[in-house]
Amino acid sequence: MEETVEYVQATGLLSSVWLLVAIPLASAAVLLLLGRRADKWGHWLGVLAVGSAFVLGLSYFISLAGMENKSVELSLWDFIAVGRFQVDFGLLFDPLSGVFVLLITGVGSLIHLYAVGYMSHDEGRRKFFAYFNLFVAAMLLLVLGNNYVMLYFGWEGVGLASYLLISFWYTKPSAATAGKKAFLMNRVGDAGLAIGIFIMFATLGTTQYVDVFNGVSGLAAGTILVLGLLLLLGAAGKSGQFPLQAWLPDAMEGPTPVSALIHAATMVTAGVYLIARSNPIFSANHTLQTVVVSVGALTLLMGCIIGAAKDDIKRVLAWSTVSQIGYMFLGVGLGGAAYALAIVHLLAHGFFKANMFLGAGSVMHGMKDQVDIRRFGGLSKYMKITWLTFMMGWLAIIGMFPFSGFFSKEPIIVAAFEREGWTAWLFGMAALLGAGLTAFYMTRLFILTFHGPKRWTEDIEHPHESPAIMTIPLILLAIGSVGAGFLLSTSVPDWLEATGGLGAQEEPHEAVLSHGVLTALSLLLTVAGAGLAYLLFRNGTAKQEQPAGVVVTAARRNLYSDTVNEAIFEKPGIFLTRALVYLDNRGIDGAVNGLAAAVGGGSGRLRRLQTGFVRSYATSMLTGALLVVAAFLAIQLGWLA
Amino acid sequence: MTPDYYLVLAAILFTIGAVGVLVRRNAIVLFMCIELMLNAANLTLVAFSRITGTLDGQIMAFFVMVVAAAEVVIGLAIIMSIFRARRSASVDDSNLLKY
Repeated sequence: MEETVEYVQATGLLSSVWLLVAIPLASAAVLLLLGRRADKWGHWLGVLAVGSAFVLGLSYFISLAGMENKSVELSLWDFIAVGRFQVDFGLLFDPLSGVFVLLITGVGSLIHLYAVGYMSHDEGRRKFFAYFNLFVAAMLLLVLGNNYVMLYFGWEGVGLASYLLISFWYTKPSAATAGKKAFLMNRVGDAGLAIGIFIMFATLGTTQYVDVFNGVSGLAAGTILVLGLLLLLGAAGKSGQFPLQAWLPDAMEGPTPVSALIHAATMVTAGVYLIARSNPIFSANHTLQTVVVSVGALTLLMGCIIGAAKDDIKRVLAWSTVSQIGYMFLGVGLGGAAYALAIVHLLAHGFFKANMFLGAGSVMHGMKDQVDIRRFGGLSKYMKITWLTFMMGWLAIIGMFPFSGFFSKEPIIVAAFEREGWTAWLFGMAALLGAGLTAFYMTRLFILTFHGPKRWTEDIEHPHESPAIMTIPLILLAIGSVGAGFLLSTSVPDWLEATGGLGAQEEPHEAVLSHGVLTALSLLLTVAGAGLAYLLFRNGTAKQEQPAGVVVTAARRNLYSDTVNEAIFEKPGIFLTRALVYLDNRGIDGAVNGLAAAVGGGSGRLRRLQTGFVRSYATSMLTGALLVVAAFLAIQLGWLA
Repeated sequence: MTPDYYLVLAAILFTIGAVGVLVRRNAIVLFMCIELMLNAANLTLVAFSRITGTLDGQIMAFFVMVVAAAEVVIGLAIIMSIFRARRSASVDDSNLLKY
C-alpha cells in the first residue's frame, strides 16, 4: 500500500459529529434513570433520539459530500494516556462511516417506530427503548471511532446491548440461555480482536487508524497474517460467521425488532465493517484474504443449507442473515473493488432483511406469537400490507431482477469468479450455488407463510393486519428493498473510493466466465430454486415435524455445530471444572484438613502424659536430673571422647 | 578422717529421700523425704566446704536451710488445706490437674 492515508481536522458543522453518539446515549440514560416515571412517553423519546440522529447524520453526510478530503477526524480528549500508550477519544467521519451512520440511524429510526407498536403490550417497553438507544449509541461509536480502541469500546457496547435485548424476556429460560450463549461466543471473538489490538500496539506503538494503516506495510508478513486472523476471529464472532455462527440463530429469542435491527441489519455487520475498515491490513497479505473468502463461502453455504430445513420463521431468517453476511465476507475477502460491493450488499441487506424481520414480527403479532411456518398458510388474504412488503423483501433477497439483491449480490458472485486460478471456480461456484439455495429456502418460507392451505392452530380464527405504526415502517423498508439496490450499486462504490485505503484497487483478473453468462446463470439458478420450492410447497406441508433423511436431519440440527461445540468445548470444560472441584475438595482441602487432624490427634495422645500424679512428675524430674548428671559425668570422665 | 564418708552418707540419705518421694503416698512422709534430700545436699555442701577449706559451701547450706524453712511453711499450709478439703493426705488423690 504505497499511498498514505491522511485525515483532516473537523471544522464547521462536522465538529459537532459527536452529537450522533451523545444524543441516543443521553436518551438511554434518561430512560434508565427516570424509571417508571418515563413509562408513558419513554418510547417516543427513544424514537425522537434516533430520528434526530438520523437527521443530523444526513446533514453531516451532505456536508461531507461537498468536501475535498472526505476523511474528517475529530479529536475530543485524551482517552487513555499511559506512558507510550496514547489513545485518543476521537471520531472519524469518512464515506465508509458515513454510509454506516445513515444505515444505522435510518433503518434504526424505522425499527424504533415499528417497535412502538410491536412492544405496546409489553410492560418493559421503556426499558426496551433504553437498551435500544444504548445499542444505537454504541453502534455509532463503533463505526465513528478513529482508532481501534474506540472501535473496541463500541464493539463491547453493542455486545452488551445485544445481550440485554436477546434476554429481554429473561423470565423465559430459553431467552436467558440464548443471551448467555451470544455473550459467551462473542467473548471468543472479542478476545481475538483485543489481542489483535495488543499486537498493533506492540508492533506499531499505536492504535490510531491513520498510523496503523500507514505503518502496516513495514510489518513482517507473519505479523500481518496473525494480526489479520485475530481481527477476522473478532469479526466472525460478531457477525455469526464460521466457526462462531451458532449464537446468531438462538439470538432470535429476543423481541422481533431486536432481531431486525441488531441481528440482521446493523450489529452483525460490524464484522464486515471491521474488515472493510482494516482493508490495508487485509490487502497486505494474500493468504489472509483467502482465509476470509473461505470463511465467507463456507458460512454462506452452511446458512443456506440449514435455513432450508428450519421451520421457525425467525430462525430461517436468522440463518439467511448468516448466509448473506457470508456473501459480504466473501466480498471483503476478495479485496480491491469487491470491498465496495460487500458494503453495497450490506446496505441493501440492511433494508430487505429488516423489512422481512419486521414482516415476520407483523405475522407473529397477528398469529398470537406463532413462529412455526408449518402452522401458517394463506395469510396473504388477511395481511395484505405485510404480504406485499414481505414479497418485496423476498424478491430482493433471492436476487430477482430488478430488486435490490440482484444489484448487490450478483456483482459479488462475478467478483468471486475474477479470482486467479482454480479458487475462482471454487468460490464462484459456492456463491452461485448459494444464490440458488437462497431462492429455494426463501421461497419455501414465503409460500408456506402467505400461500397454500391454512394450517393454523385452533385458537386463531381471524388474523388481523398490524396497526399503521407497524405497517408504515414496513412500507418504507419495502420501498428500500425495491429501489435501494440499483441506487446503491451505482453510487456507493464511487463514494467509497474516497475512504482511506479503500480507493486502492488492483486490476481485476479476467473472470473465468463472462459477465453476461454469470448473470444469466445466477438468475437461472434463482428461478430454478424458487420454482422448485413453489412446486414442493404450494400445497402446504405437514403440520408436525416429519422424519427425514440424513441431510435434512443434519441441517435441522444446525449441521451439528452445537454438538461439535458441546463435544469440543462444553464437555471438556465441564470435565475440567469437575476435576478442579475434586482436586480442591480432596487434594487441597484434604492436605489442610489432614495436617490439622494429624496435629490434633498427635497432641491428643501427647497430653496423656499429664497424669496429674505428683509422683510421676517427680519420677520424670529425677530421671531428667540423673540423665544430666550422667552426661556431666560422661564428659568429665572422658567416656565420650 | 576423710570426707568421703560424709559424701557416701549424703548419697545414701539422698537416695533414701528420693525413693521415699517416689514410693510413698502420704504427703507428710513425702515432705519429710524432701527434707531428707535437702539435708543430704547440705551435708555434701558442708563436706566440700571442709575439703576445699572455704566458707562458700557453708553459706550455701544456710541458704538452703532458709529456703527449706520457707518451703515447709507453705508446703504444710497447702497440705493442711488439702486435708481439710478432702479428708486425705494422699498425693495420689489430688490428681485433678491433668489432661
